[in-house]
Amino acid sequence: MTTKAQTMAGAAEATAAPTGGFQVSLGWWITRISLALIVIAWTIPTFGLFISSLRDKDQLAITGWWTALQTSIATEQGRTAAMDAQVEQGGQYVLSGSVFPEGSTKRVRTYGGGFLTSSGTVEYGQGEQPGIRDYTPGSVVTLDDGSTFVLEADGTYTYTSATPFDFDRGRRFFMETEIPPTFTLANYQEIFRAEAVDQSFINTFTVVIPATIIPIAIAAFASYAFTWMEFPGRRFLFYIVVALIVVPLQMALIPLLRLYNNVGLSKGYPGIWLAHTGFGLPLAIYLLRNYIGSLPRELIESAKIDGASHFQIFTRLVLPLSVPALASFAIFQFLWVWNDLLVALVFLGKTPDQIVLTSKLRELLGSRADNWEILTSSAFVSIIVPVLVFFALQRYFVRGLLAGSVKGG
Amino acid sequence: MQQILSGVYAILIGVGAMVLFYFGTNLVLDKVFADEVTPDRRVIKSRERIRESIRPWIFVLPALLLLLMYLVYPAIQTVILSFFNATGGEFVGLRNYEWAIQDGEFLQSIGNNILWLLIVPFVSTALGLVIAVLADRVRWGTLAKSMIFMPMAISFVGASVIWKFIYDYRPEGQAQIGVLNALVTALGGQPQAWLTIPFWNNIFLMIILIWIQTGFAMVLMSAALRGVPEETLEAARIDGANEVQIFFRIMIPQIIGTILVVWTTITIVVLKVFDIVLAMTNGQWDTEVLANLMYDWMFRGGGDFGRGSVLATVIMIAVIPIMIWNIRRFRAEEASR
Repeated sequence: MTTKAQTMAGAAEATAAPTGGFQVSLGWWITRISLALIVIAWTIPTFGLFISSLRDKDQLAITGWWTALQTSIATEQGRTAAMDAQVEQGGQYVLSGSVFPEGSTKRVRTYGGGFLTSSGTVEYGQGEQPGIRDYTPGSVVTLDDGSTFVLEADGTYTYTSATPFDFDRGRRFFMETEIPPTFTLANYQEIFRAEAVDQSFINTFTVVIPATIIPIAIAAFASYAFTWMEFPGRRFLFYIVVALIVVPLQMALIPLLRLYNNVGLSKGYPGIWLAHTGFGLPLAIYLLRNYIGSLPRELIESAKIDGASHFQIFTRLVLPLSVPALASFAIFQFLWVWNDLLVALVFLGKTPDQIVLTSKLRELLGSRADNWEILTSSAFVSIIVPVLVFFALQRYFVRGLLAGSVKGG
Repeated sequence: MQQILSGVYAILIGVGAMVLFYFGTNLVLDKVFADEVTPDRRVIKSRERIRESIRPWIFVLPALLLLLMYLVYPAIQTVILSFFNATGGEFVGLRNYEWAIQDGEFLQSIGNNILWLLIVPFVSTALGLVIAVLADRVRWGTLAKSMIFMPMAISFVGASVIWKFIYDYRPEGQAQIGVLNALVTALGGQPQAWLTIPFWNNIFLMIILIWIQTGFAMVLMSAALRGVPEETLEAARIDGANEVQIFFRIMIPQIIGTILVVWTTITIVVLKVFDIVLAMTNGQWDTEVLANLMYDWMFRGGGDFGRGSVLATVIMIAVIPIMIWNIRRFRAEEASR
């Protein structure tokens, strides 16, 4: 549909400007192709992580994730059951079963070689398993002693003979198999079972929710006062708030670590809630003051004339009107706290009941560096919530960015 | 399960305490300094002034106290600690600073940080601007912008895992599972352990931050471009300007303010960059940066608070010009209101 519309638009441009027509449509194509390439480059990393997290861990370790949708072809050995599994049916001795384990999704492409007589019609190159492409699934092979063998595509075989079988070890042959793309949740089960990533998930929530709500409430009161109330030093104090927005966290860590150790607040949830509140406040106050300051002055004045106190004006009038700005900041703070590593490393322990997702992920990067099935699935668990929040509330997030693009990261 | 309960419990207590504080103090204030009512029912507002001069402080005090405790006091304390020894007990003058300027890791960090500062803000801003311009001309531009913006929601550690997978290296002859080496070998090249190649590995780490920050730049640029009047562009076209000229001579000068905001914001992010380096290389193979070195010294050998503070102070000094610029910009905005 898009292509058709594009061609039409291109044609229209070409007819409108006969002399520069080629250039116009060239630029038009360059725009689209370069944007498409950028979008692909930007999404492929995350997409690759997601696909990998769903792949079988053995396949993940040996083939690129982009091959995940290809059916891979493997050379395998098949073996019949041994003689003690034979049954007698109407004077015939039969061995039957499947060469694949139960539940396997593999298919047989061709088979032959081993104890099977050569069909003599297929030629083999060097390095190939002789006989492997002699027969197609379902075709009956008659052996020299008159017994017959047939292998079906699903891996079931029937070996029939007029005389009893006499071998202790099953007889061997070769086959080419197709392994269809398999996706599995086993990696996720593994990280929840063995690595307690689910516990970290809960820990992260335990940090994030209070660390988002508390600064919003405190900042809302403060920004109302900075906008609509008179008090000495109001302007100066607000400049300090603006200055504090950009103060790097690193400046606060060492004294706070010392202070926490002295007070006994160290390594616990209340400590990190307050820390995130303190670090988030400057931006919160700045953003909310911008918004509350844009409410019409007459609204506040008329409420005052009606005898409402500042407290009533704030809770009944300003707060409900400020919901969009509160939402903007809430998303900001949510993403910031969820994705934070530094504050969590300093203020929380690494015990299972405190380690958050980002910390856990960093630990896994060290301890399970070669286990991509663990890393990809854990990373996906850690990014899925913020990404969903982001897509659901993108509008508010953008609004917040536009209003207060001074902090970042 | 029990943790979810205690989490909920803690949230209720925290929020309850806040509500109680704000409602309670306002109520007390209204009671203690209530208006006098005379027997003939006239209201004397003699105490209103006292009451209303106290109330603002109830509104701002919790915020001010938290800011004081979590930002102002620690920032000052960090500067002071930078003149003390490892435990903060003994004054050592400038010895920590002298150590820093002779320390190989510190000098390497400064060099790398400068490299980051030169490359990341420029590339992110430029790419963001180009994408914003391109996306505004395409019908599926909004979708494209969403996809490019998405990495902003991903943590630096999460992004590090994503990119470590892309840079993954397998010895020659084995199938490469990292996209980059797979591309290189498909084009006939040799697979490389990208993160261990000094100098270039810095670039590979920067790409991660650029991947995250370009979306931010794009969103701000896109909004700014919408503010460029269509008539201006139209007039330029009529005068015979081509699209490239319009881009450089009209669009960029019109949105230069936003470009500076984006640039400085990303600059601050770059100065604080820590998670990516910690997760990808932890400063090995000449990739050390200030923030990671600072974190390292906070805990290395039981923690050296003096040296850690020096490193934090150096980051702060680099931020100060932007801080001043922000305040001036804010004052100008206030004045024009």
